[in-house]
Amino acid sequence: MEIPYTVEARPDTGVYNAKLGVWLFLASEVMLFGALFSSYILLRTGAPSWPHGRDLGLNVPLATLNTLILIGSSVTIVLSWASLRLNDFRKYRLYMGLTLLCGLGFLVIKFIEYSEKFHHGHYPRFNTFFAIYFTLTGLHGLHVLGGMIVNGYFWGPGAKLWQRDPERFTNRIEVAGLYWHFVDLVWIFLFPTLYLL
Amino acid sequence: MAHSNDVETIRKETRTYINVFIALAVLTVVTVGVSYFHLPPVLAIGVALVIATFKGSLVAGFFMHLLHERKLIYWLLILTVVFFLVLLFWPTLSAWNQRHI
Repeated sequence: MEIPYTVEARPDTGVYNAKLGVWLFLASEVMLFGALFSSYILLRTGAPSWPHGRDLGLNVPLATLNTLILIGSSVTIVLSWASLRLNDFRKYRLYMGLTLLCGLGFLVIKFIEYSEKFHHGHYPRFNTFFAIYFTLTGLHGLHVLGGMIVNGYFWGPGAKLWQRDPERFTNRIEVAGLYWHFVDLVWIFLFPTLYLL
Repeated sequence: MAHSNDVETIRKETRTYINVFIALAVLTVVTVGVSYFHLPPVLAIGVALVIATFKGSLVAGFFMHLLHERKLIYWLLILTVVFFLVLLFWPTLSAWNQRHI
């Protein structure tokens, strides 16, 4: 059975199905992270005092670098989509490859940060700050990993679709990009909240 | 929205993406720089959140091309934002009320 509206817009929604699907998924993701941000506010406002992330040894320069890497990956993934629209598959592979490398770089830096914390005995049970820090950054890290698996599939085996149905493949990269930008967007709020305030 | 595959339009969009990246990078550095001024907590939180919201809008508006999207997606997001704000502030406000009764 053929899946309808993978390329052309569905008349009643005005968008192809995958795009509406990914936006609905992102709406549920907003609620997931929203619940955790809400918990953070509740914990922070309810605590007699709240430590500054920097005073607890959070590595601001490394986290700043990670922010720049993630923002960079947002640009590369949108450029990979633009390359497909220009029928330039080679450039698509390049930009998607760079996106994957940025994702990997982000996770490696996160691993280094986590190792530093564990080395000093700063586990989630250490205090409320680290409990919410590891919950939020851990969930975000899992999202980066999930996005990398999908992007890796589209860089490798999934790219065969380009030969058969280029427009459908281009749309797949657009929605993969929408998810990736969302992951970037969450980090844009997580970074100042946990590291700087 | 169906995107134009006109070469010139795409090249123009690409330049915009690069400019947005530069703006995001600069704003990231500004956020970090401001945090070293040790502003009073309320002001520091306000400044950081305003910059983060602006950065988020750039990502959503340009990278997620929400500036040119279908109405249905806008409605979906408006509904999401309403629920998000309720979720974000309701627990804290009700806890605050309980503490001050």
